Amino acid sequence: MTSPGLDPEGTRIQLIATSDDVVRARQLVRTLAVGCGLSLVDQTKLVTAASELARNTLSYGGGGTMSALPVERNGRRGVRLSFTDEGPGIPDIDLALRDGWSSGSGMGLGLSGARRLVDEFELRTVVDEGTTVTVVKWSR
Amino acid sequence: MTSRREELAQGWIEVVSSTLARRVSRTELDQELHELYGAILEALRRGGVDAAGEHYAEVRALLNEISRNRARQGFSPAETAIGVFALKRGLEPLLDEGSAEDVAAYLALARLTDDLGMFTVDAYAATREQIISAQAEELLELSTPVVKLWDGIIGVPLVGTLDSARTQVVMEKLLQALVDTGSAHAIIDITGVPAVDTEVAQHLLKTVVAARLMGAECIVSGIRPQIAQTIVALGIEFGDIVTKATLADALRHALRRSPGALGGAGSAA
Ligand SMILES: Nc1ncnc2c1ncn2[C@@H]1O[C@H](COP(=O)(O)OP(=O)(O)OP(=O)(O)O)[C@@H](O)[C@H]1O
Ligand SMILES: [Mg+2]
Repeated sequence: MTSPGLDPEGTRIQLIATSDDVVRARQLVRTLAVGCGLSLVDQTKLVTAASELARNTLSYGGGGTMSALPVERNGRRGVRLSFTDEGPGIPDIDLALRDGWSSGSGMGLGLSGARRLVDEFELRTVVDEGTTVTVVKWSR
Repeated sequence: MTSRREELAQGWIEVVSSTLARRVSRTELDQELHELYGAILEALRRGGVDAAGEHYAEVRALLNEISRNRARQGFSPAETAIGVFALKRGLEPLLDEGSAEDVAAYLALARLTDDLGMFTVDAYAATREQIISAQAEELLELSTPVVKLWDGIIGVPLVGTLDSARTQVVMEKLLQALVDTGSAHAIIDITGVPAVDTEVAQHLLKTVVAARLMGAECIVSGIRPQIAQTIVALGIEFGDIVTKATLADALRHALRRSPGALGGAGSAA
């Protein structure tokens, strides 16, 4: 169903099939962000980025999953999130990442804004195969 | 199975009604299960043991109906599924008589009842989900009050996670309240909102513009530091929308702008 699953390595999977799932994804990210010691500002930034990416997964990717994982590097803790769908993909990445560009009726700030809200951002997309956006936010 | 139709049906109804003891009337159960039983026999007669197949459309419709009713009446999933699984128990005597043919028939029917039972549980779950989301919607209506703060000034304190549906409800209520109260000012306070994304911002902006078209001014208050920083990083521009740190500041602003709100003193300020 739609509650987050837990795999042996601690990755939590949240299905993104409805707008309620987007809210659940956001709540899961908040919990992980708090657990990793992110500041209130960084928590809010990561939760907001997750909200944007989850909503894109739902509305453009036709649904998919978010996998969330607490990570650690050089003594710093953080949260890594991957949003994956098997939707139409993004034909023009530069355009999609341009502030204010939307193929729908959005503000066109979700993808580009999410990139600014996190520390690491990776977008992989293949037309007709799908899109995966992976982001990481580190504690300071 | 057909030859012992009544016997089987009675045994089945016994099992089900002993489980649902007094929570469903015997006549109701009788009717419900006979109808279902008839439909299953009919489907079998037409040669199907595939619960998902076309022969079972009628059976599935009946099960759907029964499951929905049970879910609404607050029965548990087990109490709902027993209606189907008990049929299997009713068939067990078939095994005693034990010809290889009977055993094979029993196994096929057992598989069928399992599938139908699973279908019942799914239908039950779907109804519960619907009930839950209907309740959430009601709660939504309740949890987003539009309050009159002063003559000509209404306030909407937003608390909790804003999703698109909720934001939309709030905004519609706000615009309606402007009309109903003849107010010229609305204060949207987001102190209790943990995150503002582009979707929420877009709804906010649209509301402000709509209110403006109606001759009213919206003030957004309670933008906390973490929300402010996030909004800036996202690149959202609030343009010429009046924003205030606190609800009190917003109210002060609105009062200054409404001549007569303080018995005329406001306009002098
Ligand atoms: N997962 C995806 N699959 C396919 N296309 C996508 C995906 N994510 C984004 N896009 C494309 O990139 C565009 C820009 O995305 P972005 O999130 O920045 O804007 P938006 O969703 O249109 O509006 P909003 O500001 O409300 O997020 C989208 O309009 C869409 O065409
Ligand atoms: Mg978007």
